[in-house]
Amino acid sequence: MPATPVAPSSIDARFAQLRAEKRCALIAYITAGHPTPEAGVQLMRGLEKAGVDILEVGVAFSDPLADGPVIQRSSQIAIEHGMSLERTLAMIEEAAVSIPVVLFSYLNPIMAGGPDVLHRARRAGVSGVLVTDMPVGSDPTREAWFGESGLDFVRLVAPTTPSDRMEEIGKHGGGFVYLISRLGVTGESATLADELPASVARLRAATSLPICIGFGISTPEQARAASQLGDGVIVGSALVRAAEQSVDAAIELAASLRAAMDQ
Amino acid sequence: MQTTGGVLAERVGDRFGGFGGRYVPETLVPALDALDAEFDAAMQDPAFLAELNSMLRDYVGRPTALSTAPRLSEKVGAPVWLKREDLNHTGAHKINNTVGQALLARRMGKKRIIAETGAGQHGVATATICARFGLECVVYMGEEDMRRQSLNVFRMRLMGATVIPVTAGTRTLKDATSEAIRDWVTTVHESHYIIGSVVGPAPYPRMVRDFQRVISREARAQMLERAGRLPKTVVACVGGGSNAMGAFADFVDDVDVELVGVEAAGEGLGTERHSASLSKGTPGVLHGALSYLLQDASGQVHPAHSISAGLDYPGVGPEHAFLKDSGRAEYVSVTDAEALSGVSVLSRLEGIIPALETAHAVAWIVREAGRWSPDEPVLLCVSGRGDKDVGTMTEHLLPSV
Repeated sequence: MPATPVAPSSIDARFAQLRAEKRCALIAYITAGHPTPEAGVQLMRGLEKAGVDILEVGVAFSDPLADGPVIQRSSQIAIEHGMSLERTLAMIEEAAVSIPVVLFSYLNPIMAGGPDVLHRARRAGVSGVLVTDMPVGSDPTREAWFGESGLDFVRLVAPTTPSDRMEEIGKHGGGFVYLISRLGVTGESATLADELPASVARLRAATSLPICIGFGISTPEQARAASQLGDGVIVGSALVRAAEQSVDAAIELAASLRAAMDQ
Repeated sequence: MQTTGGVLAERVGDRFGGFGGRYVPETLVPALDALDAEFDAAMQDPAFLAELNSMLRDYVGRPTALSTAPRLSEKVGAPVWLKREDLNHTGAHKINNTVGQALLARRMGKKRIIAETGAGQHGVATATICARFGLECVVYMGEEDMRRQSLNVFRMRLMGATVIPVTAGTRTLKDATSEAIRDWVTTVHESHYIIGSVVGPAPYPRMVRDFQRVISREARAQMLERAGRLPKTVVACVGGGSNAMGAFADFVDDVDVELVGVEAAGEGLGTERHSASLSKGTPGVLHGALSYLLQDASGQVHPAHSISAGLDYPGVGPEHAFLKDSGRAEYVSVTDAEALSGVSVLSRLEGIIPALETAHAVAWIVREAGRWSPDEPVLLCVSGRGDKDVGTMTEHLLPSV
């Protein structure tokens, strides 16, 4: 099990430590408020104990167009439970985990809160923020909110992203780069995409930020394979699906992912 | 009102004032860049324009008629002119856009077409042009809309399209649009997504507007020729807003021409059951663009409601948001009940059964009777015919007929 405790939570510090230990980051995604609002704190703490290095906490949105059926369903359930960005921040604050927390959101809930919500996020213990539908250069005014918030602005890169744009993304991002492993929305896949090693190589040449690979990674074998390529592995839908069964099932899956990556 | 120069100066790049933009997953950015460049190149290419114009003339049946409406005019107290988009092949304005985008898809070498549809008119128009060009066609449609517009589901399937029911969320146009975008993110190399309205990420709002602009280009010339003057007011219904943008576009610079968009007030603006994004919404991001949006205080999109599936959408095209804020256009609303009376009025007075969407614009003109003097012509965009709605109309109207 991982374990040297880190000072509250800088993503950079966590990656520095992982580099020193020659280990790959395990990043776990959960949807705040799923399976229930009460389970969120327990889930966050349990995932930390299971050896997760960074937690991505998803803000439920009514129209999650980048997500597949599992995360769509979890968002719907969370909204039915009255979950919102404010309640998500309250949950993060209550969980008070020592690993870094990245807020994972669509732009609209953040826009509704205004730039001040990012400062509140920071006070609640959030280290970074990722916005699924605000690509680099799409909205300089609002992108600046993230730069000024003191949070690491985690950017996404896709298999379709040209190399010069990868450089641009690296320049305007912080924490790590989220490399989308394949075309499509979030969700589990049988195998890793063939083009993944080439995408990682192109991205390495474009940025010095840690590269974390997500979308379609669900099994310990896939996590292990992705950990050979990237600095971090992101698992979302598989954990959310496990959480539909129970909090313990999600925590057990995280522990098995961690074990496979550390082999 | 701003000057013409002011209005135009604000409509640059991928923004209309502060509205529009491109709020999409990173995966789609290169495809949107490519589409943007291809659209601009095509619109400068005489061969593309010649083919587009020939398709519009010989396949769609353009130019569409401009009809007088003597009995409706008498009721309103001013001459009402009808721009007959209902006479297009497939029965609505939607095909103006699908012909243009399908030609563009072919030019880009895309063999598979994705579309979303609410009332089914855009789905039918897409299935139609895909059959004509031999392209694979996949249409996403909310389960609730498939029930309301079953005739159009049948038409799409007859023409070889695959209609995929969407069971997420409100099971209407909003969710069908999300599902179409998910498909596109997954198949972006081989697919082109034909959005049916002036919504979505840039370049869609301006591209769809420019393919629908033919409505006002023809209508403006027809008004000058037939009425000897420009209309005092141009009226069109607004859901996403494509027939309205098409009807407004060539009149925007004519600052004396009033532009009026009619939204769906559903069961009333005082209730939570309406689709009046411009009248009651606040700025937000949905489906790739920043525009007015029905949403709650925490940024969750509020389900829309309208008796007409084509207006049942919580967002609206970003250029309409801009025209509203700049004061260049006025946006009003009409309830479900008023829209049904609009169906009766146009059917009985003029022998034209309008789509429920169009009936909103009819009802507003009737409500405003007396607003115009007898020498002030009103131009109404009859966006579509009502055949698809006979089920709903029969249910609500026949007992009283």
